[in-house]
Amino acid sequence: MKKVLSSDTIRLLIPALSLTILLISVFYLQPRAMSYVGLNLLFNLAVPIALATIAQMLIMTVNDLDLSMGTFVSFVACVAATFLQATPVIGVLILAAAIATYAALGVLIHMRNLPSIVVTLGMSFIWGGLAVLILPAPGGEAPAWVRAVMISRPPFMPMAIIACIIIAVVSHFIIMRSSFGVILRGVGGNARSVERAGWSILGVRAATYALAAFFAILAGISLVGLTTSADANIALRYTLLSIAGVILGGGEFTGGRVSPIGAVIGALTLTLAGSFLSFLRISPDWQIGAQGAILIVVLGLRLLLNRLENRGKRS
Amino acid sequence: MNILVSLSRKPWIWSFVAAFAVWVATILFTGGASTIGLSQAALTFAAFSILVGIGQMFVITLGPGNIDLCVPATMTLAGTVALKFMQVDNSLILPGLVVAIAIGVAVGIGNYALIKLLQIPPIIATLSMSFIVQSTAIWTNRGLRIKPPEALATFTTETTIGIPNVALVALVLSVLAFILLQKTVYGRWIAAIGQSIRAARMAGIPVDGTRFVTYVLCSILAAVCGYLLASFSGGAALNMGSEYLLMSIAVVVIGGTAVAGGNSNVAGIWGASLFMFLVVSMLNTYGAGAGIRLIMTGLIIIAVIVVAGGRNPNQR
Repeated sequence: MKKVLSSDTIRLLIPALSLTILLISVFYLQPRAMSYVGLNLLFNLAVPIALATIAQMLIMTVNDLDLSMGTFVSFVACVAATFLQATPVIGVLILAAAIATYAALGVLIHMRNLPSIVVTLGMSFIWGGLAVLILPAPGGEAPAWVRAVMISRPPFMPMAIIACIIIAVVSHFIIMRSSFGVILRGVGGNARSVERAGWSILGVRAATYALAAFFAILAGISLVGLTTSADANIALRYTLLSIAGVILGGGEFTGGRVSPIGAVIGALTLTLAGSFLSFLRISPDWQIGAQGAILIVVLGLRLLLNRLENRGKRS
Repeated sequence: MNILVSLSRKPWIWSFVAAFAVWVATILFTGGASTIGLSQAALTFAAFSILVGIGQMFVITLGPGNIDLCVPATMTLAGTVALKFMQVDNSLILPGLVVAIAIGVAVGIGNYALIKLLQIPPIIATLSMSFIVQSTAIWTNRGLRIKPPEALATFTTETTIGIPNVALVALVLSVLAFILLQKTVYGRWIAAIGQSIRAARMAGIPVDGTRFVTYVLCSILAAVCGYLLASFSGGAALNMGSEYLLMSIAVVVIGGTAVAGGNSNVAGIWGASLFMFLVVSMLNTYGAGAGIRLIMTGLIIIAVIVVAGGRNPNQR
């Protein structure tokens, strides 16, 4: 039995287990959540968070960290609620320019050997400033087609869950199954050996950053689809949420060890933690604190399972 | 000429050059009318960034992945609890400081306990801890704005021989930090751990003890900063620490401390902190809106790191 489970599977098992436990507790506290509408409400906000988490995960795969994720998603949300809605052509052009900017950042970070934390820190001011310029006061309107997709009600399964499954499957194929994904994780694991094998690290970095920007843009657009209007500060907490989501899902900061499915599950867990706490009727003062406590408990659980796994290997 | 060359090799020089250039640009625009006022304001506000920056620098020196995201929450909690404890009573100022420091110690112990016992990466450990600390601050604060004791408020807002008192406090603590880093065995240990944790362990350095002390030190500095900032701004507010999260990281890195650890720089933090404040005030004087100001700040941070990073190829 032990041999059937690879260490990658165990890596995935822990986030999945924590999500299940959390979900069961929510159902126990509020049985009415166990319905089509209930599940949709529970996981609605998970879609943009999951997309942002995948974007962050891509950056983390090449051993970098994006501290501008939150402001970038806010910026995209502002563009989506104004230009993309009123003049779609200009909106698409702006977003394409944003992807190009990310690719250029990847090139810059690689060429000058800069710390990604600082460069993205600087970028977070720039995205924030652009967002304020586009939308000085909260407002704007979601494009009709985005709204239609986000509130659509497919049979059997709520939109939020279908979307999360699609995100997980697509990113799993890109990162774990495609040859691009293998090179990508190779750069995170040992950049020098990938380079000696004849790949351009520069190109891989640029492509990774562009792909991350693409996922972050989807996050911003889907967020606007849910909230119907945007605001320059709408997604600031996504920076920390996305990092926490990747780690909860079994990813590591270095070495290219990531799990796309785990990252989506991590994002779902973080979203669910919020709902779980409001069902527990915890005083709002302690909501954030309890979220921190859940994060600690889940990570403690992971340590425990890792230890068991190591013991199994030794014996 | 040789002096110039050797100066240009110092990692901290660039932040001072940049700060000075921005200072001159602002003064020229106002025709020299605001020289003293601007310099004093810059020193005052830079002092707060310097305090948290030094703490963050100690942690970042420990090596890749070491970072304290709990700084803003610690500042808020220490400021809130200390002001509540002092109850506008001048005789309780020193005990209030002790309370703030005690909170710093407690948060630091909590941070390192999570990192060590649960083997969580420091970013996530301090992030989870900051959620809990922030909640405690919300719970104690209850939206009230408690005033600081009269004497403390005067101390933090006044100047001595033209230099703001908070800047003097920052100077004293910076000198202490410099001595600690450069002249004591503890400082050497931090640098050694940052360069290679395995080599440090094999050399018999008490790695866990050193890391533990460093995290506690960072939290104490954040707590002291929160105590002073709350007194300076006439009361503790729940969001008073929020801008210092990115600021503390930015000043460390712009100041020339290696992000990968093992190499730190106290002087650079002064240059970087002054620079960060002066950029904002320069753009304010030029009448730029909030959006333009943010964009310019970001562009300047990137420009500085591109220039400084190119000078020092070992930095990453």
